[in-house]
Amino acid sequence: MTSEDTSELEILLLLEAVYQKYGYDFRQYSKAHINRRIRNRLVLSGLDDVSQIQSKVLKDETFAYQFLQDLSITVTEMFRDKYFYRSLRENVVPVLKTYPFIKIWHAGCATGEEAYSMAIILQEEGLYDRTIIYATDFNQQALDKAKEAIFSNAMMKEYTANYQLSGGKESFSDYYTSSYDNVIMNQSLKKNIVWANHNLVTDSVFAEVHLILCRNVLIYFDINLQNRVQKLFYESLVNGGILCLGSKEGLRPTNFHEKYMELDKKQRIFKKKY
Amino acid sequence: MHYDAIVIGISSGGMTALKFIFSALPAGFSIPIIVVQHISAQSDNDWANLLNEKSNVTIKEADEKEKIACGNAYIAPANYHLLIEQDRTFSITIDERVYFARPSIDVLFGSAAAAYKEKLVGIVLTGANNDGAKGIKRVKECGGLAIIQDPKTAESATMPTAAIAALLCGKLAIQPDYILPLEKIIELLIEFGKNQCRSLSGQLIKYK
Repeated sequence: MTSEDTSELEILLLLEAVYQKYGYDFRQYSKAHINRRIRNRLVLSGLDDVSQIQSKVLKDETFAYQFLQDLSITVTEMFRDKYFYRSLRENVVPVLKTYPFIKIWHAGCATGEEAYSMAIILQEEGLYDRTIIYATDFNQQALDKAKEAIFSNAMMKEYTANYQLSGGKESFSDYYTSSYDNVIMNQSLKKNIVWANHNLVTDSVFAEVHLILCRNVLIYFDINLQNRVQKLFYESLVNGGILCLGSKEGLRPTNFHEKYMELDKKQRIFKKKY
Repeated sequence: MHYDAIVIGISSGGMTALKFIFSALPAGFSIPIIVVQHISAQSDNDWANLLNEKSNVTIKEADEKEKIACGNAYIAPANYHLLIEQDRTFSITIDERVYFARPSIDVLFGSAAAAYKEKLVGIVLTGANNDGAKGIKRVKECGGLAIIQDPKTAESATMPTAAIAALLCGKLAIQPDYILPLEKIIELLIEFGKNQCRSLSGQLIKYK
């Protein structure tokens, strides 16, 4: 067994240890991604090898939660992929308008920027009062931040541009109050968002919904896990419900390709067939 | 030596250099080429199509989970890191930028080195930052071949210079295998392509 093979085995054992002790299951994540995050942690913590990380993860809870943060990617923006949000307004909102009550699942919402973006669009389209948004993530720290609704003022220039290019109808600064380096989003945007801890890898269906957004989450999963999560989405969506994926994600690698029609191919918006 | 993949990292000055490379490779060149070019997050893949017009190999944007095939060249999608799995399929991620870059050369090279080991050729070309330096070191550590554009001939010398420095520094100083101007690198690649099925004879002279 070469040293490379040994370190691969060490990584398998580490992920097994994390799962057995803490219940977070990274065993079906992209191996190349996991290896990279673990190598980064090795360098940052000054440890010699992956077995030392394993030992520390098992005995030191603070380190373990730090390690979980390493494996949880929370990179996001408001109105990320502005043309996606434009298409959402043009192609998805008209479908939502046909429902008397709208349920939306934002899966893997991280620190909440995109859930607030959705709330803004729904408010402008006059739909927010009859909507509930379930915004879920397995990363509690990210969810806590999302709930606070406090974001860096430095990002607002970019978000304003995103908002305008996505077809925003108002002045973006009306949606937040700024104070020194931070802004806080308007309370009215929060009222119909339910923040909940849900793990796509280990948890199951919790509601029937009309729209699911899960953007740039599935890229981290191997094909078996992608299939599991797509099954979860398929079972959660009403017939004719809509699934929005990240701009480079598709259904084609999974078993669910035939079960949806493309509402907007370029923006990866799919409609569950009746 | 038989190589299974070539990874190329390139930044400012990249478009000209890539056009030059792809227009010079012969039809039937079969070693897959995977490119990270630093581009703005907003770019679409039109420039990949543009490159394709004058190329004998098919150039496409890498899709997630796509199997890497001989005779193809792949470009990392804008705003995503591109990684290679052990089973030689692509993964993409949207992790933090590395040296302000996403896609990052270090990320591609690190994962490619682990997947292809001694069957990998890593090439660092023109660029104005330090991305690629750590990556090319990983390529060498895993047994692959390191080719760096001669900084004197690069439109922007920073990136090849940093790559050479990274190889030479540290406990184990590693010599780059080749430091060459672009046209010589292309000749070498064509040679590797021809030698897909037999080992490379000693006629290639290492450039000092």
